[in-house]
Amino acid sequence: MDRFVFLTFDGLSRGAVYAAFALALVLIWRATRIVNFAQGAMAVATAYVGYSVSAATGSYWLGFVVAVLGGLLLGAVTERVVMRFVDHSSPLNGVVVALGLVLVIQGVLGMIYGNEFLPAEAPFSRDAFTVGGVALLSRFDLFVFGAVCVVVVLLAVLFTRTSVGLRMRASAFAPDVSRLLGVNVGGMLTLGWALAAAVGSLAGMLVLPTELGLHPNAMDIVFVSSFTAAVVGGLDSAIGAVAGGLIVGLLLSYVSGYLGATVAPIAVLVLLVAILLGRPGGLFSRSAARAV
Amino acid sequence: MTALLEAEQLTAGYGAAPVLHDVDLTVATGSITAVLGANGAGKTTLLRTLSGLLRPAAGRVLLDGRDLRGVKVEQMVRRGVAHVPEGRGVVTELTVDENLRLGGLWRRDRVDARRALNEVYDLFEPLARRRRFPGHQLSGGERQMLALGRALVGRPRLLLLDEPSLGLAPRVTAQIMGLLRTLRDNTGLTVLLVEQNVRSALSVADTGIVMSLGRVVADADAATLRDDEEMRHAYLGF
Repeated sequence: MDRFVFLTFDGLSRGAVYAAFALALVLIWRATRIVNFAQGAMAVATAYVGYSVSAATGSYWLGFVVAVLGGLLLGAVTERVVMRFVDHSSPLNGVVVALGLVLVIQGVLGMIYGNEFLPAEAPFSRDAFTVGGVALLSRFDLFVFGAVCVVVVLLAVLFTRTSVGLRMRASAFAPDVSRLLGVNVGGMLTLGWALAAAVGSLAGMLVLPTELGLHPNAMDIVFVSSFTAAVVGGLDSAIGAVAGGLIVGLLLSYVSGYLGATVAPIAVLVLLVAILLGRPGGLFSRSAARAV
Repeated sequence: MTALLEAEQLTAGYGAAPVLHDVDLTVATGSITAVLGANGAGKTTLLRTLSGLLRPAAGRVLLDGRDLRGVKVEQMVRRGVAHVPEGRGVVTELTVDENLRLGGLWRRDRVDARRALNEVYDLFEPLARRRRFPGHQLSGGERQMLALGRALVGRPRLLLLDEPSLGLAPRVTAQIMGLLRTLRDNTGLTVLLVEQNVRSALSVADTGIVMSLGRVVADADAATLRDDEEMRHAYLGF
């Protein structure tokens, strides 16, 4: 029972990170109908920049902030310079280009930083508090929850209560109509990518301290888990991304805990296949047709 | 009468073969001009070229005598041109209020934008009652009101309307046409109206342009078009 409680909290904590990452994927999918397969590599790249800044200045938080801002910049640049020119006639085009970006990013990172694992420090203690003899959450876990909650709330407020958010939603749902109404649809797309990449960078900074270390491929498995989370929730649903993230986090935790860590990645893939076979639209999908 | 909008030898289309061929057109300020013709005549393509969604292969479009070449679609609404596209373009995932607000977001004068929004709610009482409804829950007539209202929130000088009567009951169509007449009379709004419902269109239009296979085949005042039997038979089918 103790073990179950511990695994549950641990799963929720990791799940929060997958939720944030899945949210970044859903943001871009909703705006552009592209799954950003480069999201993990982009997050790692900004984490490396954060690492360099931390190492140079001695301040973890400065590096953290730079990593997230770097995400904003990298997302905007990627959209403007690369993704804007992708031909949308086939969904595969966006995937191929993104995978190409992954190769480039990981290659460049390897050249600059080498392929050994660099230490990814956690800003707070990772020792779990014990309540009544049961290990629950650590300070770091609480920080992760808090950070993801803040991000989710901020994004929700942005999209539903601000005119920028209204423009972004309109640009995603009906780009031509939005242009006719004076909305700078291209600019909204760039902003969407920038925000999504910043969220991805934040998620990266939250998860890397729990991995083996900083490495060009460090986010690959996280990407697969988050992508599964987004699909489980329904690619069009932000709530689905959060729910999917928590589900995947819990699943990974239980499987690791009861069956062994090597089996865990397989469990994610089994979940992905199961969802695609049983309810491919995701748990939170509506069968709403797109507006003409 | 000054010309608000002119097209000179406009040729445009999608892909290899053009849909519009050498179209000349003049829309006088403060008038309602109807663009008539069968399916495939190029009426929708004409409106899309005028508002900039489609770039012409040849020819030019003039607004207030100034060439619109190179002007981005997003800028058109700032120049006073509102295009309500084919199918109305109601964003069904957004609420009535969000759709209407979207029409005024470009305005710098936020106070007047809010005033315009309230005027539209006064004009279309069913919309006021359904502010929080998502677009997909509206009937055809309500969606037409919403699309029109959203265009009017921007206080346009020129309204490009693509088949507003499509799918609407005759009574509702008559209301829309009556509204256009009122707007022209009270505010000097200029309207370019694409319609398949010839009778309704000619009942409010000052001028009629008939298109066939991408060309303008007749350009006359509405009364003449209503009365000229040969023309009606040949191009308008009655």
